[in-house]
Amino acid sequence: MSANTNSQTERRIIYLVLLIAVALPLIFPIGWKTEISGYTKLAWELIQNTPDSSVVVFSFDYDPSTLTEIQPMAEAMLEHSFSRNQKIIAMALWPQGVQMADQAFTEALKKYPDKKYGVDYVNLGYKVAGIVAIQAMGKSMPEVFPSDQRGIKYEDIPMLKKVKTLRDVAFICSLSSGTPGIKEWVMAARDPLGTPVTGGTTAVSAPGLLPYVNSQKQLYGLLGGLKAASEYETLINKIGSATIKMDAQSIAHLLILVFIIIGNIKAFYNSKRSEQ
Amino acid sequence: MSGFMATFGLWLSVFFTLSIFSFLYKDNPFYKLSEQIFVGLSAAYWLVYLYYSVMVPNLFNKLFTDFKGNLILLIPTVLGLMMLLRLIPKTQWLSRYPIAIMIGTSAGINMVRYAKTDLLGQISATMINPFAADNVVTVIGNILLIVGTICGVYFFYFSKKQEGIRAVPSKLGIWFLMISFGASFGYTVMARISLLIGRLEFLLKDWLHIIK
Repeated sequence: MSANTNSQTERRIIYLVLLIAVALPLIFPIGWKTEISGYTKLAWELIQNTPDSSVVVFSFDYDPSTLTEIQPMAEAMLEHSFSRNQKIIAMALWPQGVQMADQAFTEALKKYPDKKYGVDYVNLGYKVAGIVAIQAMGKSMPEVFPSDQRGIKYEDIPMLKKVKTLRDVAFICSLSSGTPGIKEWVMAARDPLGTPVTGGTTAVSAPGLLPYVNSQKQLYGLLGGLKAASEYETLINKIGSATIKMDAQSIAHLLILVFIIIGNIKAFYNSKRSEQ
Repeated sequence: MSGFMATFGLWLSVFFTLSIFSFLYKDNPFYKLSEQIFVGLSAAYWLVYLYYSVMVPNLFNKLFTDFKGNLILLIPTVLGLMMLLRLIPKTQWLSRYPIAIMIGTSAGINMVRYAKTDLLGQISATMINPFAADNVVTVIGNILLIVGTICGVYFFYFSKKQEGIRAVPSKLGIWFLMISFGASFGYTVMARISLLIGRLEFLLKDWLHIIK
């Protein structure tokens, strides 16, 4: 057997073992506890400490490709915001974010069926142009969104009567998986207007955004990946989809660690043998 | 009929999921078919979606309902059409103008924003009193933040050869960079595993009904 065939077989074994390792905890949950990180706690505190009846913005800046990671965050944060009686403006800088918002509201409304469209929440829909759209919202929101997703005029929506610009909202929560997303909100809303920004993103994007969670509070906390989503669910006492999936995630990580150790031992052994 | 379509859609998703996964064994016609369909479908989907969600509400509706009041929209319309002239070799040169405007506008907007957020904001965030915190862990974190930032930036200072005492912060900077790359790798692994979990959840829950 050649070295190439050998390594291909090894690769297939790794894939198979990983597949089984991820599938088993999904079928037989273990129920491991999740430690809350400071970044998640900060985001939770922002929503928790925002007063009743404040109008807040949730921007759905992602699409179905990152649904597994971001949708649990969106649902948990929406639920939390509803529990604090905040009035939610949903919008999207990504075209398919509108459907993601509808899906998240459907879930959150199961727990809060009394919330009324137009009074407690509204979906303004998708707006093209990313950072330019945010900048324009800083000057006039009715001009950027003349009507909502259902075609109701901005001035006819009760909860938006006093909201003219982004300065009138208590905070912005961007759930983003790329550009435009959290960074654009920080650049065009937090820094020039002072409106607090928080959010959630995919694990891949998180390291690039964490530097904005700093002493200047460019970002009020950040949820990065499925782990942070499960932390948020823990904070609001919810056993949601992220919490259930975390067992599989943890097992997979342990397995990858074992693979890395085995790989290193093998590489060390091979280099010794070639030296001899 | 809707029930049939839902079931058909489910089986279609299962077929494409398994076809993509089959690449892990080896390249095969099922994987290639799925890949090509995905690319074609995505291109068509985005074309239609952007036409209806961008062009129709922002241009056509406005021009058809109030042409005189929206005359300014003719400028981006013409620029957009000029961009499409790139497809014809003889008129290709005309597309340079809208591209130049786009680049100029983007550079103008981003220069100010990036300078404020990424330069001034980040520098200010590092200018902290590390000992002002109320617990030891935060003090250590603050010191690491300051040392890490300075050493990390110093690593990219190439105007003088980094040797002797000057090499110390540079080497320290490499360590900080390596640790941050490791953290990024960890996050990437987490993201990829999450995607796998999402697909497996779909197969086990929606298709096989093994999990609730």
